[in-house]
Amino acid sequence: MLEIKNLQASINNKAILKGLNLTIKPGELHAMMGPNGSGKSTLANVLSGKNGYEISGELNFKGEDLKKIPVDERARKGIFLAFQYPLEIPGVNTNIFLKTSLNAIRKSKGEKELDTLAFLKLVREKSSELGIDEKTLSRQLNVGFSGGEKKKNEILQMKILDPNFSILDETDSGLDIDALKIVAKGVNSSRDSKKSFLVITHYQRLLDYIKPDFVHVLSDGKIIKTGCGELAEELEKTGYKKLN
Amino acid sequence: MKQQEIEKVKEYKYGFSTDIESIRAPKGLNEEVIKFISNIKKEPKWMLDWRLKAFYRLKNIKEPNWQKPKYPKINYQDLYYYSAPKSSQGKPKSLDEVDPKLLETYAKLGIPLKEQEKLSGVAVDAVFDSVSVATTFKDKLTEKGIIFCPISEAIQKHPELVKKYLGSVIPITDHYFATLNSAVFTDGSFVYIPEGVRCPMELSTYFRINASETGQFERTLIIADKGSYVSYLEGCTAPMRDENQLHAANVELIALDDAEIKYSTVQNWYPGDENGKGGIYNFVTKRGVCRGKNSKISWTQVETGSAITWKYPSCILQGDNSVGEFYSIAITNNHQKADTGTKMIHLGKNTKSKIISKGISAGKADNTYRGLVDIRRKAINSRNYTQCDSLLMGNKCGAHTIPYIKNKNSSSIVEHEATTSKINEEQLYYCNQRGLNQEEAVGLIVNGFCKEVLQQLPMEFAVEAQKLVGISLEGSVG
Repeated sequence: MLEIKNLQASINNKAILKGLNLTIKPGELHAMMGPNGSGKSTLANVLSGKNGYEISGELNFKGEDLKKIPVDERARKGIFLAFQYPLEIPGVNTNIFLKTSLNAIRKSKGEKELDTLAFLKLVREKSSELGIDEKTLSRQLNVGFSGGEKKKNEILQMKILDPNFSILDETDSGLDIDALKIVAKGVNSSRDSKKSFLVITHYQRLLDYIKPDFVHVLSDGKIIKTGCGELAEELEKTGYKKLN
Repeated sequence: MKQQEIEKVKEYKYGFSTDIESIRAPKGLNEEVIKFISNIKKEPKWMLDWRLKAFYRLKNIKEPNWQKPKYPKINYQDLYYYSAPKSSQGKPKSLDEVDPKLLETYAKLGIPLKEQEKLSGVAVDAVFDSVSVATTFKDKLTEKGIIFCPISEAIQKHPELVKKYLGSVIPITDHYFATLNSAVFTDGSFVYIPEGVRCPMELSTYFRINASETGQFERTLIIADKGSYVSYLEGCTAPMRDENQLHAANVELIALDDAEIKYSTVQNWYPGDENGKGGIYNFVTKRGVCRGKNSKISWTQVETGSAITWKYPSCILQGDNSVGEFYSIAITNNHQKADTGTKMIHLGKNTKSKIISKGISAGKADNTYRGLVDIRRKAINSRNYTQCDSLLMGNKCGAHTIPYIKNKNSSSIVEHEATTSKINEEQLYYCNQRGLNQEEAVGLIVNGFCKEVLQQLPMEFAVEAQKLVGISLEGSVG
């Protein structure tokens, strides 16, 4: 699914990722942990294709060089990023935004666009599955949403757009336990042999609900340790410092 | 067509011109030309006298020049003031008699007059250069006593109404362009809604400038009698030409006791090319008077075209408890310029006005909101709320807000809010990450920004307007 070799990324001449290697196979869920400023969010941005980074190294998604592909095309190819800070877009109804988005993706895949009725049916199904009040979707996109509502909305979008590769950028930060469970449910119910996930988090807490296949520790732009689920528990006790 | 031309057509899809034989008045502005216009329209003498009075007045006044967008001097002697398709001379009685070439032109513009008559619930008056070529749904409206016809026809058939109201809101002495229009106006729509009648469908006029070197001077007069209601919409397009063409219209609205007029404009005149060559000068005077108590006039405008847009659709709130509203979207891209806003003149007691203006500027364009809220001494307990938001795209465009506020009594309340923001890169990134390309993302964000105004448009046109908002900004984000 995703193959990263010796990835270097810098912004305004400041190096952030300094030779990162990572392979994610279909069906795998990887957790990326690490202290503040280690480059976790940069990794999410670079994978999604955000402008402004100088990039070198290999970055392949389903055998294609991602570096040449702009953000929107990557999204249509099945890369989804749940934002750490979802943006507010005043005046734009959440449902309309999602429908436009879904149909842009469907169209590029050569699938039929959904009409409003079919779309609303899908929304109802997915939101009740996650236990999210679908009324939030008739509000303006993220405008006046609480932190938790924004994050839940990201997960609902993920469910509806149904990407092959989802990146969760600290989706668990600032969530209460109920919201955290919804996020976990969203991820767990999507997992299958074809879909992959990269879950970026500070805390082990989320990994009580989402069982990763691998846990990586990112420090100063490099992965310094990789292990299975137990690594996260270990980190919780010892902190990141010991690893350096 | 050369590749370049094809590209051009893609940008402004109404840019074609119709090859049709036309009758023109001799070039220039003089008494003879005014007599020619009056004569060809078979006008009564009082109308000619009215025109001439305006013409004499015009000789003694100068063009205003306080507006922000400046333009090269217009040579008024170098214009044609009347141009009409030859085939319209014999005045077609039904759509079947209208020149197929004209019907084809309107179909190409997205207004299939023949189908429209059968399918949609919108009555259309189609104005081509200086004449009205077709009006649909006439019979159905006549049943209710509604008059919806070209103004040239109203002058002949309903002189008592025209005499009473024409120039009663915009006097012929008003200002240069209004006076010019009064002297040479050619066609436009006339609407009269009788007492207590709610007009059962949207009324719409579609203006098309076709001939070159021609000014379009239309005149619209709408009268809503006591307790009546009407919703009216105008749309405008013109071919792409290298020259600048002048469009100086006058629109007068009169709402009597308890009447309501909703007037919507979707203006998409040719804006000129990306280097600022050509395009329409859209210098328009629009004014409504809430003459009766509890009356209401609501202006909604979506201004996306024209090289220069210079207009202030206004409300004179004369009747007690009357309400004036102005909802505006002005989009300027490339070298387009707009200086637009409204005037709310509060005369009656308990009068209310609301102004929502959304200016969007991209490319090297310049967008000015200019508005006047004038609450007079006797207009006690009046209220105004104004909100002006500007959105900038890129770093070469400008946005300006110039509100004039006068309040002559202590019981009235005036509120003004204004914001200026840049289109947010992070918002674009977020939309892109959800699979929307740059243009879809811009369209979506800008439509969100304009939502309060778009909501005011009649349903039939809201979708069109939303698309237009997106198209007008294509290519504006790098």
